[in-house]
Amino acid sequence: MNITQRYRWLYKPAVFIIALLPLARLVAGAFGIAGISLGADPVNEILHECGKTALQLLLITLAVRPLVRLGRLHNLLRLRRMLGLFAAFYALLHFVTYAWLDQNLDFQAILADILKRPYITIGMAALLMLVPLAVTSTNGWMRRLGRRWQKLHYLIYPIAILGVWHFWWQVKADIREPLAYAAILAALLGYRVVVKARSVSATARGRSADPAP
Amino acid sequence: MKRPDNRIRPSEITPPEVYFDRRQMMALGLASLAAGGIAGRRALAAEAGNASTILAARYKAARNTKLSIASTPNTYEAITTYNNFYEFGTDKSDPSQNAREFRTTPWNVEIGGECEVKGSFTLEDILKPVTFEERVYRLRCVEAWSMVIPWVGFPLADLIKRFKPTSKAKHVEFTTLLDRQQMPGQRYRVLDWPYVEGLRMDEAMHPLTFMVVGVYGRILPNQNGAPLRLVTPWKYGFKNIKSIVRIRFVEKQPLNSWQVAAPNEYGYYANVNPKVDHPRWSQATERRIGGSLFAQRSATEMFNGYAEQVASLYAGMDLTRNF
Repeated sequence: MNITQRYRWLYKPAVFIIALLPLARLVAGAFGIAGISLGADPVNEILHECGKTALQLLLITLAVRPLVRLGRLHNLLRLRRMLGLFAAFYALLHFVTYAWLDQNLDFQAILADILKRPYITIGMAALLMLVPLAVTSTNGWMRRLGRRWQKLHYLIYPIAILGVWHFWWQVKADIREPLAYAAILAALLGYRVVVKARSVSATARGRSADPAP
Repeated sequence: MKRPDNRIRPSEITPPEVYFDRRQMMALGLASLAAGGIAGRRALAAEAGNASTILAARYKAARNTKLSIASTPNTYEAITTYNNFYEFGTDKSDPSQNAREFRTTPWNVEIGGECEVKGSFTLEDILKPVTFEERVYRLRCVEAWSMVIPWVGFPLADLIKRFKPTSKAKHVEFTTLLDRQQMPGQRYRVLDWPYVEGLRMDEAMHPLTFMVVGVYGRILPNQNGAPLRLVTPWKYGFKNIKSIVRIRFVEKQPLNSWQVAAPNEYGYYANVNPKVDHPRWSQATERRIGGSLFAQRSATEMFNGYAEQVASLYAGMDLTRNF
Protein backbone atom coordinates (compact mmCIF):
# COMPACT_ATOMS: atom_id res chain seq x y z
CA MET A 1 0.00 0.00 0.00
CA ASN A 2 1.28 3.43 -0.78
CA ILE A 3 0.84 6.31 1.64
CA THR A 4 -2.42 7.52 0.07
CA GLN A 5 -3.92 4.05 0.31
CA ARG A 6 -2.74 3.65 3.88
CA TYR A 7 -4.43 6.87 4.88
CA ARG A 8 -7.61 6.00 3.05
CA TRP A 9 -7.96 2.41 4.22
CA LEU A 10 -6.18 2.37 7.58
CA TYR A 11 -5.49 5.67 9.29
CA LYS A 12 -8.64 7.57 8.42
CA PRO A 13 -11.02 4.73 9.37
CA ALA A 14 -9.03 4.22 12.60
CA VAL A 15 -9.30 7.91 13.54
CA PHE A 16 -12.98 7.85 12.60
CA ILE A 17 -13.68 4.91 14.93
CA ILE A 18 -11.59 6.32 17.78
CA ALA A 19 -13.37 9.67 17.52
CA LEU A 20 -16.70 7.88 17.82
CA LEU A 21 -15.73 6.00 20.99
CA PRO A 22 -16.83 8.74 23.43
CA LEU A 23 -20.23 8.85 21.73
CA ALA A 24 -20.47 5.06 21.80
CA ARG A 25 -19.83 5.06 25.55
CA LEU A 26 -22.53 7.70 26.10
CA VAL A 27 -25.08 5.85 23.99
CA ALA A 28 -24.28 2.54 25.70
CA GLY A 29 -24.48 4.21 29.10
CA ALA A 30 -27.74 5.96 28.34
CA PHE A 31 -29.38 2.67 27.46
CA GLY A 32 -27.54 0.54 30.00
CA ILE A 33 -25.81 -1.53 27.31
CA ALA A 34 -22.81 -3.72 28.26
CA GLY A 35 -23.02 -2.72 31.92
CA ILE A 36 -21.87 0.81 31.14
CA SER A 37 -23.35 3.42 33.46
CA LEU A 38 -23.31 7.20 33.29
CA GLY A 39 -23.81 7.53 37.04
CA ALA A 40 -26.64 9.14 38.95
CA ASP A 41 -26.89 12.20 36.69
CA PRO A 42 -26.57 10.95 33.10
CA VAL A 43 -27.62 14.29 31.57
CA ASN A 44 -24.72 16.04 33.24
CA GLU A 45 -22.33 13.27 32.22
CA ILE A 46 -23.40 13.50 28.56
CA LEU A 47 -23.20 17.28 28.66
CA HIS A 48 -19.68 17.37 30.10
CA GLU A 49 -18.36 14.45 28.06
CA CYS A 50 -19.47 16.02 24.76
CA GLY A 51 -18.07 19.41 25.73
CA LYS A 52 -14.72 18.06 26.82
CA THR A 53 -14.41 15.78 23.79
CA ALA A 54 -15.10 18.76 21.51
CA LEU A 55 -12.34 20.74 23.22
CA GLN A 56 -9.91 17.83 23.08
CA LEU A 57 -10.53 17.34 19.36
CA LEU A 58 -10.15 21.06 18.79
CA LEU A 59 -6.75 21.01 20.51
CA ILE A 60 -5.70 17.90 18.54
CA THR A 61 -6.75 19.65 15.32
CA LEU A 62 -4.61 22.62 16.30
CA ALA A 63 -1.69 20.30 17.08
CA VAL A 64 -1.56 18.95 13.53
CA ARG A 65 0.31 21.90 12.04
CA PRO A 66 3.09 21.94 14.68
CA LEU A 67 3.46 18.18 14.32
CA VAL A 68 3.73 18.51 10.56
CA ARG A 69 6.50 21.09 10.90
CA LEU A 70 8.41 19.67 13.83
CA GLY A 71 8.05 16.00 12.95
CA ARG A 72 8.08 16.39 9.18
CA LEU A 73 4.80 14.45 9.14
CA HIS A 74 3.28 16.26 6.23
CA ASN A 75 0.70 13.54 5.61
CA LEU A 76 -0.96 14.20 8.96
CA LEU A 77 -2.70 17.10 7.22
CA ARG A 78 -4.89 14.49 5.55
CA LEU A 79 -6.50 13.79 8.93
CA ARG A 80 -7.06 17.39 9.96
CA ARG A 81 -10.42 17.98 8.31
CA MET A 82 -11.92 14.90 9.92
CA LEU A 83 -10.63 15.91 13.33
CA GLY A 84 -12.04 19.40 12.98
CA LEU A 85 -15.39 18.06 11.84
CA PHE A 86 -15.57 15.73 14.82
CA ALA A 87 -14.79 18.68 17.13
CA ALA A 88 -17.74 20.55 15.58
CA PHE A 89 -19.90 17.42 15.85
CA TYR A 90 -19.27 17.03 19.60
CA ALA A 91 -19.71 20.76 20.19
CA LEU A 92 -23.10 20.52 18.50
CA LEU A 93 -24.01 17.44 20.58
CA HIS A 94 -22.96 19.40 23.67
CA PHE A 95 -25.37 22.19 22.74
CA VAL A 96 -28.19 19.79 21.84
CA THR A 97 -27.74 18.02 25.19
CA TYR A 98 -27.94 21.34 26.98
CA ALA A 99 -30.96 22.61 25.05
CA TRP A 100 -32.89 19.36 24.93
CA LEU A 101 -31.98 17.07 27.84
CA ASP A 102 -30.94 19.74 30.33
CA GLN A 103 -33.31 22.60 29.51
CA ASN A 104 -36.20 20.57 28.01
CA LEU A 105 -36.21 22.87 24.92
CA ASP A 106 -37.48 25.74 27.05
CA PHE A 107 -36.33 28.40 24.60
CA GLN A 108 -37.11 31.24 26.93
CA ALA A 109 -34.83 29.77 29.60
CA ILE A 110 -32.15 29.00 27.00
CA LEU A 111 -32.23 32.52 25.60
CA ALA A 112 -32.10 33.98 29.12
CA ASP A 113 -29.09 31.77 29.85
CA ILE A 114 -27.29 32.83 26.67
CA LEU A 115 -27.88 36.51 27.41
CA LYS A 116 -27.34 36.49 31.17
CA ARG A 117 -24.66 33.88 31.80
CA PRO A 118 -21.32 35.00 30.34
CA TYR A 119 -19.87 31.49 30.19
CA ILE A 120 -22.85 30.36 28.14
CA THR A 121 -22.64 33.49 25.97
CA ILE A 122 -19.07 32.78 24.97
CA GLY A 123 -19.74 29.08 24.51
CA MET A 124 -22.58 29.93 22.18
CA ALA A 125 -20.38 32.39 20.27
CA ALA A 126 -17.75 29.69 19.78
CA LEU A 127 -20.36 27.25 18.52
CA LEU A 128 -21.81 29.79 16.06
CA MET A 129 -18.35 30.41 14.64
CA LEU A 130 -17.71 26.69 14.37
CA VAL A 131 -20.73 26.10 12.14
CA PRO A 132 -19.46 28.00 9.04
CA LEU A 133 -16.11 26.27 9.39
CA ALA A 134 -17.77 22.86 9.34
CA VAL A 135 -19.99 23.83 6.40
CA THR A 136 -17.10 25.17 4.31
CA SER A 137 -14.84 22.22 4.99
CA THR A 138 -15.62 20.50 1.69
CA ASN A 139 -13.33 20.59 -1.36
CA GLY A 140 -16.03 22.46 -3.27
CA TRP A 141 -16.15 25.27 -0.73
CA MET A 142 -12.38 25.44 -0.53
CA ARG A 143 -12.29 25.95 -4.31
CA ARG A 144 -15.11 28.46 -4.31
CA LEU A 145 -13.70 30.59 -1.49
CA GLY A 146 -10.11 30.45 -2.71
CA ARG A 147 -7.87 32.63 -0.56
CA ARG A 148 -10.79 33.75 1.58
CA TRP A 149 -11.18 30.14 2.78
CA GLN A 150 -7.93 30.36 4.78
CA LYS A 151 -8.97 33.70 6.25
CA LEU A 152 -12.32 32.30 7.32
CA HIS A 153 -10.70 29.28 8.91
CA TYR A 154 -8.44 31.43 11.09
CA LEU A 155 -11.64 31.59 13.18
CA ILE A 156 -10.42 28.34 14.72
CA TYR A 157 -8.18 30.44 17.03
CA PRO A 158 -10.89 32.56 18.68
CA ILE A 159 -13.12 29.46 18.79
CA ALA A 160 -10.51 27.50 20.73
CA ILE A 161 -9.87 30.41 23.11
CA LEU A 162 -13.58 30.92 23.79
CA GLY A 163 -14.11 27.19 24.18
CA VAL A 164 -11.44 26.80 26.85
CA TRP A 165 -12.61 30.00 28.55
CA HIS A 166 -16.18 28.64 28.57
CA PHE A 167 -14.93 25.49 30.33
CA TRP A 168 -12.83 27.47 32.82
CA TRP A 169 -15.63 29.85 33.69
CA GLN A 170 -18.18 27.21 34.65
CA VAL A 171 -16.11 25.20 37.13
CA LYS A 172 -16.87 25.94 40.76
CA ALA A 173 -13.46 25.82 42.39
CA ASP A 174 -11.20 23.13 41.00
CA ILE A 175 -9.57 24.77 37.97
CA ARG A 176 -6.90 22.13 37.43
CA GLU A 177 -8.62 20.51 34.47
CA PRO A 178 -9.44 23.69 32.50
CA LEU A 179 -5.96 24.92 33.38
CA ALA A 180 -4.48 21.91 31.58
CA TYR A 181 -6.55 22.70 28.47
CA ALA A 182 -5.51 26.34 28.65
CA ALA A 183 -1.82 25.42 28.97
CA ILE A 184 -1.96 23.17 25.91
CA LEU A 185 -3.82 25.82 23.93
CA ALA A 186 -1.30 28.47 24.99
CA ALA A 187 1.55 26.24 23.79
CA LEU A 188 -0.17 25.62 20.44
CA LEU A 189 -0.89 29.31 19.89
CA GLY A 190 2.50 30.38 21.22
CA TYR A 191 4.19 28.09 18.74
CA ARG A 192 2.41 29.87 15.90
CA VAL A 193 3.34 33.30 17.22
CA VAL A 194 7.00 32.28 17.34
CA VAL A 195 6.92 30.84 13.81
CA LYS A 196 5.19 33.94 12.50
CA ALA A 197 7.63 36.29 14.21
CA ARG A 198 10.59 34.37 12.78
CA SER A 199 9.16 34.42 9.29
CA VAL A 200 8.50 38.16 9.52
CA SER A 201 12.08 38.89 10.63
CA ALA A 202 13.41 36.53 7.99
CA THR A 203 11.45 38.41 5.32
CA ALA A 204 12.72 41.70 6.67
CA ARG A 205 16.26 40.43 6.26
CA GLY A 206 15.42 39.57 2.67
CA ARG A 207 15.57 35.79 3.01
CA SER A 208 12.79 33.60 1.75
CA ALA A 209 10.01 33.34 4.29
CA ASP A 210 8.83 30.16 5.95
CA PRO A 211 5.43 29.03 4.80
CA ALA A 212 2.62 30.43 6.89
CA PRO A 213 1.80 28.45 10.04
CA MET B 1 0.44 -3.39 42.09
CA LYS B 2 -3.23 -3.45 41.46
CA ARG B 3 -5.35 -3.34 44.55
CA PRO B 4 -8.23 -5.79 44.83
CA ASP B 5 -11.39 -4.12 43.73
CA ASN B 6 -13.61 -4.14 46.79
CA ARG B 7 -16.19 -1.78 45.40
CA ILE B 8 -19.78 -2.76 45.98
CA ARG B 9 -21.44 -3.17 42.64
CA PRO B 10 -24.97 -1.79 42.26
CA SER B 11 -26.23 -5.34 41.76
CA GLU B 12 -24.90 -6.31 45.18
CA ILE B 13 -26.75 -3.61 47.05
CA THR B 14 -29.73 -4.91 48.91
CA PRO B 15 -32.91 -3.13 47.95
CA PRO B 16 -34.18 -1.25 51.02
CA GLU B 17 -37.36 -3.36 51.24
CA VAL B 18 -35.43 -6.61 51.45
CA TYR B 19 -33.00 -5.03 53.86
CA PHE B 20 -35.74 -3.90 56.20
CA ASP B 21 -37.40 -7.31 56.13
CA ARG B 22 -34.13 -8.96 57.05
CA ARG B 23 -33.67 -6.59 59.98
CA GLN B 24 -37.15 -7.28 61.22
CA MET B 25 -36.58 -11.02 61.07
CA MET B 26 -33.39 -10.60 63.04
CA ALA B 27 -35.17 -8.57 65.71
CA LEU B 28 -37.90 -11.19 65.90
CA GLY B 29 -35.35 -13.94 66.18
CA LEU B 30 -33.60 -12.16 69.03
CA ALA B 31 -36.86 -11.61 70.88
CA SER B 32 -37.89 -15.29 70.66
CA LEU B 33 -34.43 -16.37 71.77
CA ALA B 34 -34.66 -14.09 74.76
CA ALA B 35 -38.01 -15.63 75.63
CA GLY B 36 -36.41 -19.06 75.52
CA GLY B 37 -34.57 -18.68 78.84
CA ILE B 38 -30.98 -19.73 79.60
CA ALA B 39 -30.29 -21.41 76.31
CA GLY B 40 -31.85 -18.50 74.57
CA ARG B 41 -29.83 -16.06 76.60
CA ARG B 42 -26.61 -17.85 75.78
CA ALA B 43 -27.44 -17.70 72.12
CA LEU B 44 -28.43 -14.10 72.54
CA ALA B 45 -25.07 -13.35 74.13
CA ALA B 46 -23.37 -14.92 71.16
CA GLU B 47 -25.44 -12.75 68.91
CA ALA B 48 -24.73 -9.73 71.06
CA GLY B 49 -21.05 -10.52 70.77
CA ASN B 50 -21.57 -9.25 67.30
CA ALA B 51 -21.88 -5.73 68.60
CA SER B 52 -22.25 -4.30 65.15
CA THR B 53 -25.54 -6.18 64.74
CA ILE B 54 -26.98 -4.46 67.80
CA LEU B 55 -25.41 -1.16 66.80
CA ALA B 56 -26.80 -1.45 63.29
CA ALA B 57 -30.29 -2.05 64.65
CA ARG B 58 -30.21 1.43 66.16
CA TYR B 59 -29.98 2.99 62.70
CA LYS B 60 -33.20 1.34 61.62
CA ALA B 61 -35.00 4.20 63.30
CA ALA B 62 -38.70 4.98 63.16
CA ARG B 63 -39.69 7.54 60.57
CA ASN B 64 -40.73 10.97 61.75
CA THR B 65 -43.66 11.21 59.37
CA LYS B 66 -44.55 14.74 60.44
CA LEU B 67 -41.22 16.09 59.24
CA SER B 68 -40.83 13.74 56.26
CA ILE B 69 -42.00 14.39 52.74
CA ALA B 70 -44.05 11.80 50.89
CA SER B 71 -41.89 11.60 47.74
CA THR B 72 -40.06 8.39 46.90
CA PRO B 73 -36.42 8.65 47.94
CA ASN B 74 -33.56 8.29 45.50
CA THR B 75 -31.89 4.90 45.41
CA TYR B 76 -29.21 4.02 47.94
CA GLU B 77 -26.82 3.74 45.01
CA ALA B 78 -27.50 7.26 43.74
CA ILE B 79 -27.25 8.75 47.23
CA THR B 80 -23.93 7.03 47.92
CA THR B 81 -22.18 7.43 44.54
CA TYR B 82 -23.15 10.98 43.54
CA ASN B 83 -21.52 13.14 46.17
CA ASN B 84 -20.01 16.57 46.55
CA PHE B 85 -17.38 15.99 49.21
CA TYR B 86 -14.33 17.87 47.95
CA GLU B 87 -12.13 16.45 50.73
CA PHE B 88 -12.20 13.23 48.71
CA GLY B 89 -12.06 14.79 45.23
CA THR B 90 -14.07 17.19 43.13
CA ASP B 91 -15.78 14.68 40.84
CA LYS B 92 -19.16 13.39 42.01
CA SER B 93 -17.83 9.83 41.86
CA ASP B 94 -14.57 10.61 43.70
CA PRO B 95 -15.85 10.42 47.30
CA SER B 96 -17.28 6.89 46.94
CA GLN B 97 -13.94 5.81 45.46
CA ASN B 98 -11.55 7.67 47.74
CA ALA B 99 -13.35 7.48 51.09
CA ARG B 100 -13.41 3.69 51.32
CA GLU B 101 -10.50 3.46 53.76
CA PHE B 102 -11.48 6.54 55.78
CA ARG B 103 -11.36 5.71 59.50
CA THR B 104 -14.24 7.06 61.56
CA THR B 105 -13.35 5.24 64.79
CA PRO B 106 -12.19 6.55 67.14
CA TRP B 107 -13.89 9.89 66.50
CA ASN B 108 -13.89 12.91 68.74
CA VAL B 109 -15.85 16.12 68.56
CA GLU B 110 -14.44 19.18 70.26
CA ILE B 111 -17.03 21.50 71.78
CA GLY B 112 -16.03 25.03 72.63
CA GLY B 113 -16.70 28.75 72.55
CA GLU B 114 -19.57 30.47 74.28
CA CYS B 115 -20.99 27.54 76.23
CA GLU B 116 -20.80 26.10 79.73
CA VAL B 117 -20.05 22.50 78.84
CA LYS B 118 -16.86 22.28 76.82
CA GLY B 119 -14.26 19.73 75.92
CA SER B 120 -13.55 16.80 73.70
CA PHE B 121 -16.33 14.24 73.43
CA THR B 122 -16.17 10.84 71.83
CA LEU B 123 -18.77 10.07 69.18
CA GLU B 124 -20.23 7.51 71.61
CA ASP B 125 -20.67 10.29 74.21
CA ILE B 126 -22.42 12.42 71.61
CA LEU B 127 -24.73 9.67 70.42
CA LYS B 128 -25.53 7.82 73.67
CA PRO B 129 -28.42 9.91 75.01
CA VAL B 130 -30.09 10.81 71.71
CA THR B 131 -32.88 8.94 69.96
CA PHE B 132 -32.39 8.32 66.27
CA GLU B 133 -35.22 8.98 63.88
CA GLU B 134 -35.62 8.78 60.11
CA ARG B 135 -36.54 11.85 58.11
CA VAL B 136 -37.15 11.92 54.38
CA TYR B 137 -35.87 15.31 53.28
CA ARG B 138 -35.41 17.06 49.97
CA LEU B 139 -31.81 17.97 49.16
CA ARG B 140 -31.22 20.85 46.75
CA CYS B 141 -27.66 21.41 45.56
CA VAL B 142 -26.51 24.89 44.58
CA GLU B 143 -25.62 23.29 41.22
CA ALA B 144 -29.38 23.00 40.48
CA TRP B 145 -29.89 19.27 40.98
CA SER B 146 -31.89 17.66 43.75
CA MET B 147 -32.52 14.37 45.53
CA VAL B 148 -34.85 12.95 48.15
CA ILE B 149 -32.99 11.21 50.97
CA PRO B 150 -34.11 9.17 54.00
CA TRP B 151 -31.61 10.41 56.59
CA VAL B 152 -31.19 8.90 60.05
CA GLY B 153 -30.18 11.21 62.85
CA PHE B 154 -31.38 13.44 65.65
CA PRO B 155 -32.26 17.13 66.03
CA LEU B 156 -29.23 19.38 66.41
CA ALA B 157 -31.17 21.28 69.08
CA ASP B 158 -31.05 18.18 71.35
CA LEU B 159 -27.27 18.18 71.08
CA ILE B 160 -26.83 21.92 71.53
CA LYS B 161 -28.88 22.04 74.74
CA ARG B 162 -26.47 19.63 76.42
CA PHE B 163 -23.60 22.10 76.05
CA LYS B 164 -25.56 25.00 77.56
CA PRO B 165 -24.65 27.83 75.17
CA THR B 166 -24.46 31.24 76.87
CA SER B 167 -26.32 34.38 75.85
CA LYS B 168 -23.25 35.39 73.83
CA ALA B 169 -23.68 32.40 71.52
CA LYS B 170 -25.23 33.92 68.39
CA HIS B 171 -23.94 31.42 65.84
CA VAL B 172 -22.73 27.84 65.71
CA GLU B 173 -19.56 27.13 63.77
CA PHE B 174 -18.84 23.61 62.49
CA THR B 175 -15.49 22.31 61.24
CA THR B 176 -14.68 19.22 59.18
CA LEU B 177 -11.70 16.98 59.91
CA LEU B 178 -8.38 18.16 58.47
CA ASP B 179 -6.34 15.10 57.50
CA ARG B 180 -4.35 15.27 54.29
CA GLN B 181 -3.34 11.64 54.61
CA GLN B 182 -6.87 10.34 54.67
CA MET B 183 -8.57 13.06 52.67
CA PRO B 184 -6.65 13.31 49.39
CA GLY B 185 -8.73 16.26 48.22
CA GLN B 186 -7.19 18.39 50.96
CA ARG B 187 -3.77 18.10 49.31
CA TYR B 188 -4.90 20.73 46.79
CA ARG B 189 -6.09 24.11 47.90
CA VAL B 190 -9.37 23.94 46.00
CA LEU B 191 -10.94 25.38 49.15
CA ASP B 192 -9.41 26.86 52.27
CA TRP B 193 -9.18 23.67 54.37
CA PRO B 194 -10.58 22.62 56.77
CA TYR B 195 -14.15 23.10 55.60
CA VAL B 196 -16.11 25.44 57.87
CA GLU B 197 -19.83 26.10 58.01
CA GLY B 198 -22.09 28.03 60.31
CA LEU B 199 -25.69 28.54 61.33
CA ARG B 200 -27.36 31.35 63.17
CA MET B 201 -28.42 30.14 66.62
CA ASP B 202 -32.13 30.14 65.77
CA GLU B 203 -31.41 28.19 62.57
CA ALA B 204 -29.34 25.68 64.51
CA MET B 205 -32.12 25.24 67.10
CA HIS B 206 -34.82 24.86 64.44
CA PRO B 207 -36.61 21.49 64.64
CA LEU B 208 -35.80 20.74 60.96
CA THR B 209 -32.05 21.07 61.55
CA PHE B 210 -30.77 17.52 61.69
CA MET B 211 -27.54 15.87 62.78
CA VAL B 212 -27.17 12.88 60.52
CA VAL B 213 -25.49 9.56 61.33
CA GLY B 214 -27.18 7.25 58.84
CA VAL B 215 -29.10 6.86 55.61
CA TYR B 216 -31.64 4.25 54.47
CA GLY B 217 -31.62 2.67 57.92
CA ARG B 218 -27.88 2.07 57.80
CA ILE B 219 -24.84 3.73 59.28
CA LEU B 220 -23.74 6.67 57.16
CA PRO B 221 -21.26 5.69 54.42
CA ASN B 222 -17.96 7.60 54.51
CA GLN B 223 -18.65 9.41 51.24
CA ASN B 224 -21.81 10.89 52.73
CA GLY B 225 -19.97 12.53 55.61
CA ALA B 226 -19.53 9.83 58.23
CA PRO B 227 -19.67 9.66 61.11
CA LEU B 228 -21.52 12.90 61.84
CA ARG B 229 -22.86 15.52 59.45
CA LEU B 230 -25.34 18.35 59.33
CA VAL B 231 -28.51 18.51 57.22
CA THR B 232 -30.51 21.73 56.82
CA PRO B 233 -33.08 20.87 54.15
CA TRP B 234 -34.12 24.43 53.30
CA LYS B 235 -30.56 25.46 52.46
CA TYR B 236 -28.29 24.57 49.55
CA GLY B 237 -26.38 21.35 50.03
CA PHE B 238 -23.03 22.96 50.74
CA LYS B 239 -24.32 24.11 54.15
CA ASN B 240 -24.57 20.46 55.16
CA ILE B 241 -21.05 20.12 56.52
CA LYS B 242 -19.68 16.58 56.73
CA SER B 243 -17.39 14.59 59.06
CA ILE B 244 -17.65 17.17 61.84
CA VAL B 245 -14.86 17.31 64.44
CA ARG B 246 -15.53 20.69 66.03
CA ILE B 247 -18.60 22.63 67.10
CA ARG B 248 -18.05 26.13 68.50
CA PHE B 249 -20.55 28.62 69.78
CA VAL B 250 -19.55 32.09 68.63
CA GLU B 251 -20.76 35.65 68.83
CA LYS B 252 -19.69 36.77 65.35
CA GLN B 253 -21.03 35.27 62.14
CA PRO B 254 -18.51 32.65 61.01
CA LEU B 255 -16.97 32.71 57.54
CA ASN B 256 -18.05 29.56 55.72
CA SER B 257 -15.64 27.98 53.24
CA TRP B 258 -17.58 28.62 50.03
CA GLN B 259 -18.14 32.24 50.98
CA VAL B 260 -14.38 32.59 51.44
CA ALA B 261 -13.78 30.94 48.05
CA ALA B 262 -16.26 33.12 46.09
CA PRO B 263 -18.06 35.77 48.19
CA ASN B 264 -20.12 37.04 45.25
CA GLU B 265 -21.45 33.55 44.52
CA TYR B 266 -21.98 31.90 47.91
CA GLY B 267 -23.33 33.55 51.02
CA TYR B 268 -23.73 32.64 54.66
CA TYR B 269 -27.46 31.92 54.56
CA ALA B 270 -27.56 29.92 51.31
CA ASN B 271 -31.31 29.49 51.59
CA VAL B 272 -32.83 27.78 48.57
CA ASN B 273 -34.44 30.62 46.62
CA PRO B 274 -35.67 30.27 43.02
CA LYS B 275 -35.77 34.05 42.64
CA VAL B 276 -32.13 34.72 43.50
CA ASP B 277 -29.89 33.27 40.79
CA HIS B 278 -26.36 32.12 41.29
CA PRO B 279 -24.31 34.62 39.22
CA ARG B 280 -23.42 31.91 36.72
CA TRP B 281 -26.63 29.90 36.56
CA SER B 282 -30.35 30.09 37.22
CA GLN B 283 -31.82 28.70 40.43
CA ALA B 284 -35.42 28.79 39.16
CA THR B 285 -35.54 25.10 38.25
CA GLU B 286 -33.76 21.92 39.21
CA ARG B 287 -33.09 18.48 37.78
CA ARG B 288 -34.24 15.71 40.04
CA ILE B 289 -31.61 12.96 40.10
CA GLY B 290 -32.94 9.53 39.20
CA GLY B 291 -35.37 10.58 36.50
CA SER B 292 -35.24 9.37 32.92
CA LEU B 293 -32.92 10.96 30.41
CA PHE B 294 -35.84 13.00 29.09
CA ALA B 295 -37.35 13.93 32.45
CA GLN B 296 -38.59 17.49 32.80
CA ARG B 297 -36.91 19.89 35.19
CA SER B 298 -39.03 20.86 38.13
CA ALA B 299 -39.59 24.30 39.55
CA THR B 300 -37.48 25.02 42.62
CA GLU B 301 -39.58 25.93 45.65
CA MET B 302 -38.87 28.77 48.05
CA PHE B 303 -36.82 27.42 50.97
CA ASN B 304 -36.83 24.13 49.08
CA GLY B 305 -40.47 23.57 49.99
CA TYR B 306 -39.95 24.22 53.71
CA ALA B 307 -41.16 27.84 53.64
CA GLU B 308 -44.02 27.15 56.01
CA GLN B 309 -41.61 26.01 58.72
CA VAL B 310 -38.67 28.38 58.21
CA ALA B 311 -39.80 31.57 56.44
CA SER B 312 -40.40 33.30 59.78
CA LEU B 313 -36.68 32.98 60.61
CA TYR B 314 -35.97 35.51 57.88
CA ALA B 315 -38.87 37.91 58.30
CA GLY B 316 -37.87 41.41 57.23
CA MET B 317 -34.54 40.31 55.77
CA ASP B 318 -33.49 41.19 52.23
CA LEU B 319 -32.89 37.71 50.84
CA THR B 320 -31.34 39.07 47.64
CA ARG B 321 -28.57 40.67 49.67
CA ASN B 322 -28.40 37.92 52.30
CA PHE B 323 -28.17 35.11 49.78
